Amino acid sequence: MNWDVLLSMAENFAKVALVSVGGISIMIPEIHRQVVEVNVWMNNAQFASAFALSQVAPGPNILLMSLVGWRVAGWAGMLVATAATIIPTSMLSVLANRLENQLTHAKWYSVARKSLPPLVVGLIFSSAIVTAKATELETFGLIIVACVAAHFYFFKTNPLILILVSIVAGIVAGQFGVI
Amino acid sequence: MQHPTENFPSPPSSFFPRVPHTTPEVSLWNMFTGYVLVGLFGFGGISASMYYIAVEKRAWVSADDYTTSLALGQVLPGPGLMNTCIIVADKFHGLKGVLVALIGLLLFPLLILLGVVTVYDRYAYLPAVQHATYAAAAASVGLIFGTGLKLAKVIIKSKSALFFMACAFVAIAVFKLPMFETMLVLAALSIFVGYREDTP
Repeated sequence: MNWDVLLSMAENFAKVALVSVGGISIMIPEIHRQVVEVNVWMNNAQFASAFALSQVAPGPNILLMSLVGWRVAGWAGMLVATAATIIPTSMLSVLANRLENQLTHAKWYSVARKSLPPLVVGLIFSSAIVTAKATELETFGLIIVACVAAHFYFFKTNPLILILVSIVAGIVAGQFGVI
Repeated sequence: MQHPTENFPSPPSSFFPRVPHTTPEVSLWNMFTGYVLVGLFGFGGISASMYYIAVEKRAWVSADDYTTSLALGQVLPGPGLMNTCIIVADKFHGLKGVLVALIGLLLFPLLILLGVVTVYDRYAYLPAVQHATYAAAAASVGLIFGTGLKLAKVIIKSKSALFFMACAFVAIAVFKLPMFETMLVLAALSIFVGYREDTP
């Protein structure tokens, strides 16, 4: 077992999770940077397939981290990646819950609630760009991106339905050699 | 499905005091099975399934209390909805509840995911599987984009908001700076600016 990889993964994932205000999808660029660019534990194609598979399966989006951990270092990697992502932040949530009254009346809390969301929006767009690059999308993929984004923006559709429709479109387009 | 009034009485917890809360007692088992369902129904994220189970189906918390927990979960770092799930679990059973919630939420989705991945690895050479994966990834990118657009419409209403959105984007997507340090600096700056805008 490669303890160095596990330790470094635990440290990286925990650090990223602890600054990811606004959900798992904003962790993606940094996880991609760590796993594909800095440490070269997997390549772009492997990262893209992990991303796609984690979106298709049910459950919290954090499963992407579990899957990356699994690909990098098997069962131990999966446990380490999952635990590093959720345990520090869970403990913070418990603490915040117990201090809820002091917290929600503090001035900086209300300021933070208004000030942090713009950063989150910037990070979400970064996620979209980084995943699009990792997946090496070409014309057909970009059309899907545009259609899904527009549909999701204007209508309240279940994300899974959009993914399933896209999968069918992808398979059909593949049959006709469009992809 | 259990009705909220038929819950088993919950044993007194020996953990340190929790935030007092006026909700019906919820047994650990009820909580575990509820979180299992939240995980299994949670396609494309668990926000809809968590609301359905915690507020509508099992009535663990009122819609009002849930909104408070939701807001708190979103301000905290990490997976926002899971934070909310943990906050709700902590209200009833403390750390024991948190552990049960995490296991309930993750166990089955993880097993399903590993099943999907095993099947995928076996058939990944087939063109149809490659096209399907490619399309699913593209659709997921589209969903992230759509989420960003939805949020931007609500959130980006001032010049400073636009500025900080652009800073975060350029730092991470263009310059690929390390996120931990970048976020600490940007969060501190944006809270500082927000504080000054708030205090006349």
